[in-house]
Amino acid sequence: MNQQVKFYQTGTRTVGNRLLAPEQRAIQADIERTNSLNCGHRACQGCGEALGARYAIDAAMRAANNQLIAANATGCLEVFSTPYPETSWQVPWIHSLFGNAAAVATGIAAAMRVKGKPDVRVVAQGGDGGTTDIGFGCLSGMFERNDDVLYICYDNEAYMNTGVQRSSATPGGARTATTMPLGEHPGNPFGQGKSVPLIAMAHEIPYVATATVADLRDLEAKVTKAIGIRGAKYMQVLVPCPLGWGAASQDTIKLARLAKECGLFPVFEAEFGEITGVSKIRSKVPVEEYLRPQRRYAHLFGKTPRAEDIARIQAKADRNIKKFGLLDQGEA
Amino acid sequence: MNKPFAITLDPGSSLANHTGSWRTLKPVYGDRLPPCNQACPAGENTQGWLYHAESGDYEAAWRVLTQDNPMPAVMGRVCYHPCEGACNRGELDSAVGINSVERFLGDEAIKRGWAFEGQAAASGKTVLVVGAGPSGLSAAYHLAMLGHAVTIKEAGPLPGGMMRFGIPMYRLPREVLDAEVARIAALGVKIEYNAKVANIKEAMTQGGFDAAFLAVGAHIAKRAKIPAGDAARILDAVSVLRSMEGEEKPLLGRKVVVYGGGNTAIDVARTAKRLGATESIIVYRRNREKMPAHDFEVEEALQEGVMIKWLSTITQADGGSITVEKMELDAKGFPQPTGQFETMEADSVVLALGQDVDLSLLDGVPGLEIADGVVKVGANMMTGASGIFAGGDMVPSERTVTVAVGHGKKAARHIDAWLRGSVYEPAAKHEPAPFGRLNTWYYSDAPKTMRPMLDTVRRQSTFDEVQGGLDESTALFEARRCLSCGNCFECDNCYGVCPDNAVVKLGPGQRYRFDYDYCKGCGVCAAECPCGAITMVPEAI
Repeated sequence: MNQQVKFYQTGTRTVGNRLLAPEQRAIQADIERTNSLNCGHRACQGCGEALGARYAIDAAMRAANNQLIAANATGCLEVFSTPYPETSWQVPWIHSLFGNAAAVATGIAAAMRVKGKPDVRVVAQGGDGGTTDIGFGCLSGMFERNDDVLYICYDNEAYMNTGVQRSSATPGGARTATTMPLGEHPGNPFGQGKSVPLIAMAHEIPYVATATVADLRDLEAKVTKAIGIRGAKYMQVLVPCPLGWGAASQDTIKLARLAKECGLFPVFEAEFGEITGVSKIRSKVPVEEYLRPQRRYAHLFGKTPRAEDIARIQAKADRNIKKFGLLDQGEA
Repeated sequence: MNKPFAITLDPGSSLANHTGSWRTLKPVYGDRLPPCNQACPAGENTQGWLYHAESGDYEAAWRVLTQDNPMPAVMGRVCYHPCEGACNRGELDSAVGINSVERFLGDEAIKRGWAFEGQAAASGKTVLVVGAGPSGLSAAYHLAMLGHAVTIKEAGPLPGGMMRFGIPMYRLPREVLDAEVARIAALGVKIEYNAKVANIKEAMTQGGFDAAFLAVGAHIAKRAKIPAGDAARILDAVSVLRSMEGEEKPLLGRKVVVYGGGNTAIDVARTAKRLGATESIIVYRRNREKMPAHDFEVEEALQEGVMIKWLSTITQADGGSITVEKMELDAKGFPQPTGQFETMEADSVVLALGQDVDLSLLDGVPGLEIADGVVKVGANMMTGASGIFAGGDMVPSERTVTVAVGHGKKAARHIDAWLRGSVYEPAAKHEPAPFGRLNTWYYSDAPKTMRPMLDTVRRQSTFDEVQGGLDESTALFEARRCLSCGNCFECDNCYGVCPDNAVVKLGPGQRYRFDYDYCKGCGVCAAECPCGAITMVPEAI
């Protein structure tokens, strides 16, 4: 062979790739993956959170050499995986309260330190409600003390388990049970927004990252990296919710992909408060393409389309693109 | 009951919970018919052989390819590749260079000396094949592989038919043709040269053949009534191209006019240029859009300095000059005379107006149906005479090497069944795999690899092969551009993206299966399958 062929049909975009060596494939491609969240769980059809949690915890198990304890906040993930007395978890797993997952994980990490088991890695996980609202105090404390925990927030942008109520992660314009598409300003008010990844960065913790279920390789690499770092780590993973977003169950990954490609969900990583890596947009799409398949935005595209609201959402995407440098030079 | 406070049940796994009962739609795997396979006149399993080429297993690729077509090195040079016209990747960037990969495999097989394997046990039946052109050779190959004793009777001195006596060597070097014919002969196929069959019935009786496949081609040039002076030099394309294979090259002069608009006209014009003509002009009665010649050949001819006079007919030929009349296309696209004439210098005029079939060997055979100068055959390629099959240019169809090869294969399968007293039932075709079923996000961006072309100067003066081949790395790259439309290529996407772990991975080459106990029917696997190999079907409720 006179030159190395660096082209593999689907490259690393697909989960596996028979043309790549096994170690170059995603952890999810492995028959021996942990399947930490096993079959029989009661998540809805096409649940992004169930998918994201398995992606993340399988990667964490691999990175921690199977020495892992997971704490879980109340939320969909806890309810659908562990209705007493059954569980889908195939890893050591503990649930306490809605708002204290970060504190529980901190306690586990402290216990492991005291017991002289530094190899046991600790993960805390919760939804956006348990993270950005209810558990926010504990989370900030965990950051500030730099406790040796990886906190993963599965962000589906509302309280889905209790019937789709608004959270501080709900985007402007979106319909929820508590922000109905009624009156002069239908849907969730366009507020200041609350980016917990940026707040985590403000704590200057060793590692902060965002990811989506549409880019598995990126997600796995970030979890692996985070597990290898001592101190407080935070990851926010976008996990579309077919029920709460009013989307078709087969569109879960497509929507996550579009959220990133339109710029609304910037995918990046940061160390000690500085951004160190950004996933570029591969083929930019207008936000409309992302919003339209979701019924939570249906009122924007009704008989009298709310062009102004769509423009506001587009402006947010454009701001992200500029702020994070999501497009390669010359493409903007 | 010895349980802690407030605990009443034993802990259990969620595996007890068969969530498959929620399902209203059910994913199923299936193989689909990719557009390349569908478009191939020789019925090649294109996607199937590209699959092996992608992993660098060229021999396996060649073996899958040659299950349908025994001459990939020829095909990779002369086929007009309808597969590439149909390729779904064309809608993404540009079609996969299937033809160039095929050529690479063909050349690789010659270089490495791969031979056909898996010949069936001798059936004791003998078949006569008339004509060693693409159709006859293809039929002989398939019949021999099926265990029959085959004799080819060829009227000419060498094998190949129009591949040798019609296609110029700058498109098909003869050593390539010879190598692929030799591999077919090595199966025990007997080829007799200079053995024109004058009467098929007699030939069959004398040789004691159980069946015959006729593939005599179309070698008689059509003539046009052109009033010509005594000094006019008028030749036909078939004899010009044929004489290129002999010792004495045709004398065409410095100014050559070729009359016609098909691929043969282009071949002759390009040959004339190489023989030293200063002007090689094609005169064609319609315009470029209506020209039957393939666009890339027209383009290559123009690059080499061939000129084309559109919308013109030759009305008179004299020594040294011709008279042409300007034409106009009417509303229906037919050329109509305008009454405007002009004179052009021409040392010779070569007529390339199509060819007829010499059907004299069929004289006296009862039951035959002949229309428009070609023999009618049934869906099984059998003529009206029992046991006599026909294919290639002598039956009604498009006249290309690939179509002929396809006829040979199809006829061989029916002859085989006929000899065994049964009827060949082709397998049902899979559902098509259109572009819309693909999730193209997952494929890497990659433009087509261009094959190297010979310098124009050398193309104008020598008969060296114009189009080069791909080397190993570029052929591998090109193969990997295949999207594997409608056929699982084990990318693990379904296995990865299932939120319910309801896809079971069966290991390399074994693909996957669904665990319907837990599959909720969300459809994410089908949506994220790059090649569209998963279909959601309604559950019977």
